[in-house]
Amino acid sequence: MKFSSSKKEQRFWAYLFLGFPLLLMSVFVFFPIAFAFVVSFYDWNLLIPDKPFVGLGNYFELFKDEVFVKAVKNTIVYTMGVVPVQTMLSLFLAFIMNQKIVGIAFFRTAFYIPAVTSSVVTSIIFVWIYSKPGLLNYILDTVGIDSNIDWLTNPSTVLPAIMVLNIWTTSGYFMVSFLAGLQSIPTTLYEAAKIDGANQWRLFKDITVPMVRPVTYFVVVMSLIGCFQVFDQIFIMSSGGPDNSSTTMSYYVYQNSFKYFRFGLGAASAVILALLIFTVTAIQKKYLPPDYY
Amino acid sequence: MKQIKLQKILFLIVLGIMTMIYIGPFLFSLSISFSGDKNVFEWPISFLPDDATFANYRNVWNELPFGKWLFNSVLVTTIQTISNVFFAALAGFTFARLEFPGKNIIFTILLSSLMIPGIVLLVPKFIVLNELSLINSYGGLILPGLVSVTNIFLMRQFFSTIPKDLEQAALIDGCSYFRIFWEIFLPISKPALAAVAIYTFQGSWNEFLWPVIVTYTEDMYTLPLGMASLRHELLTDWPLLMAGTILISLPTLAIFIIFQRYFVQGVSSSGLKG
Repeated sequence: MKFSSSKKEQRFWAYLFLGFPLLLMSVFVFFPIAFAFVVSFYDWNLLIPDKPFVGLGNYFELFKDEVFVKAVKNTIVYTMGVVPVQTMLSLFLAFIMNQKIVGIAFFRTAFYIPAVTSSVVTSIIFVWIYSKPGLLNYILDTVGIDSNIDWLTNPSTVLPAIMVLNIWTTSGYFMVSFLAGLQSIPTTLYEAAKIDGANQWRLFKDITVPMVRPVTYFVVVMSLIGCFQVFDQIFIMSSGGPDNSSTTMSYYVYQNSFKYFRFGLGAASAVILALLIFTVTAIQKKYLPPDYY
Repeated sequence: MKQIKLQKILFLIVLGIMTMIYIGPFLFSLSISFSGDKNVFEWPISFLPDDATFANYRNVWNELPFGKWLFNSVLVTTIQTISNVFFAALAGFTFARLEFPGKNIIFTILLSSLMIPGIVLLVPKFIVLNELSLINSYGGLILPGLVSVTNIFLMRQFFSTIPKDLEQAALIDGCSYFRIFWEIFLPISKPALAAVAIYTFQGSWNEFLWPVIVTYTEDMYTLPLGMASLRHELLTDWPLLMAGTILISLPTLAIFIIFQRYFVQGVSSSGLKG
C-alpha cells in the first residue's frame, strides 16, 4: 500500500510550482545582487555606450566626494537620532496602554494610522506643518515662543524635522509590537514584585524591559534598516537640500544613478550603504543580543 | 487605591495628548481640503474652515490627471496582490509539503536574500528592465513586485502547522498535488491568505521609490508619485493638494480599520520571533 506519491511525482510538482516564482526572483533579486557588485567596478553610464572597467575607482571617488561624505554623516545622524527615541517612545506608550486602561483599541488604532498611511501623504502634510506660516510655528507662537523658522529650508533644522516626522510615522507600528510582547508577560511577576513593595518605575525597569528584550531586538533591527534607507521623506520634503544638509545615502544613490545616470557610482554607494547596515546590525547582535541571559 | 486611580487618570491624559499628536495632522489636512479659501496660512489657523466646500475634491478630478493615476495605481496594486497571494501560497505549499532535490538550498537562498537592502537592487533592476525595454511601462512597474520572499515564508510557516493526515487520504484517492493545494489547502488557509493580501495591498498602494525610478512620463505615474510630483507646482493651492492626499489615504485607511486584527496579529507574531 502506498501512502505518499512517488519521489519522482513530488519532484515534478515541486519544480512546476516553484518555476515561475523562482524565475522572477532570479531576474529581480538573485541576479541583481551579484550584478550590483559587477556594475560598481565599472564606469557605467546609461548615456555612454563605452563602459570601462575601473576596479575600485568608483569607491575611491566616493570617499573623495564631499557630498557623499556628508550623506554618510547625515545618514548616521538620522539613524542614531531616530532609532533610540522611537524605540523608547513606543515602549513607553505600550507600557501605558498595558495598564488596563479603557479605550485601548481606540488608542491603538489612532497611533497606528500614520504607519499605514502613504509616505507621500504624511510628508505633504508635514511640509505644510513645517512651513514658515505653518502649524508648528503657530503652536510655538501660541505658547509664547517666537519662532520664525522655515523648518525645511533651514540647514540646521531640516534633518531633525524629517527625523521627527519619521518617529511620528513608525512609532505606532512598533508600539503594537511592544504591546503584544507586554501582554505575554505573566501578571504574577508584577504582583509578586508589588507585594515586595516595588514601585511603578522598578516594575518597568526590572520586569518589563528585560522581559520584552526579544521584541526590543526586533524593533531596533527593523528601525535601523528602515532609517539607513530613508528616501521618500527626503525626496518629497527637501530633495536633499538646502546645500545637501539633508542628503542621505539612499538619496545620494538615487541622485547619481537616476538623475546623472552614473550607474557605477550609484551601485558602489549602494554597496557601501549595505555594508554599513550589515556592520551595524552585526554589532547590535553581538552586544545587544535578543536574549540577555 | 486612590493613588492607582490618580495614576490611571494621568495615563489617560498622556494617551489623549498623544492621540492628538498622532491624528491631529490628518484632521488639519482634512480641514484644509474643504477650505474654499486658497490662503490656508492666515493666522490664527482655524480648525473649521468658514467657507467649507467640496470644490477641491471636484477639482482633483477635473484639473489633475487623477483618474489616470488612480487607474495605474489600481492596476498595479490589483495584479501584484493577486499574484503575491497565489504564488506565495503555491511556493509556501511546495516548501512545506513536497520533497525534492535542492529544497533546503533553495529555501536558504530565498531567506538570505531578505538580508540584502532593497537599495542595492535598484541599479541592476533598472538595467535589466532597460534591456527588456520595460522602462516607463506597466511591465516595469508591476513585474518586480509579483512575488515576495516574506510572503512565501509566511505561507510556508502556516502550511507547516497543518497535520499531514489531511492530504494522505486525498493522495490515496489519487489526487494530484495541484488539486490537493487548490481544493484542500487553499480553503482552510483563508486567514493567512488574507494577511498576505492585506500586507501586499498596503505595500503596493503606498510604494513610492520604485515608481519614481521606473517611470518618467506623467501618464505612467501612480497616485503617490503623481501627488508628490505636484507638490512644488501646487504650493499655492494647498486645499487641492490636501484633497488629493486625503483621497489617496482612504483605501489603506479603510482596509486597516476593517482588518485591524490582521495587522495586530501579524506584527505581534513576527515581533515575538525576534
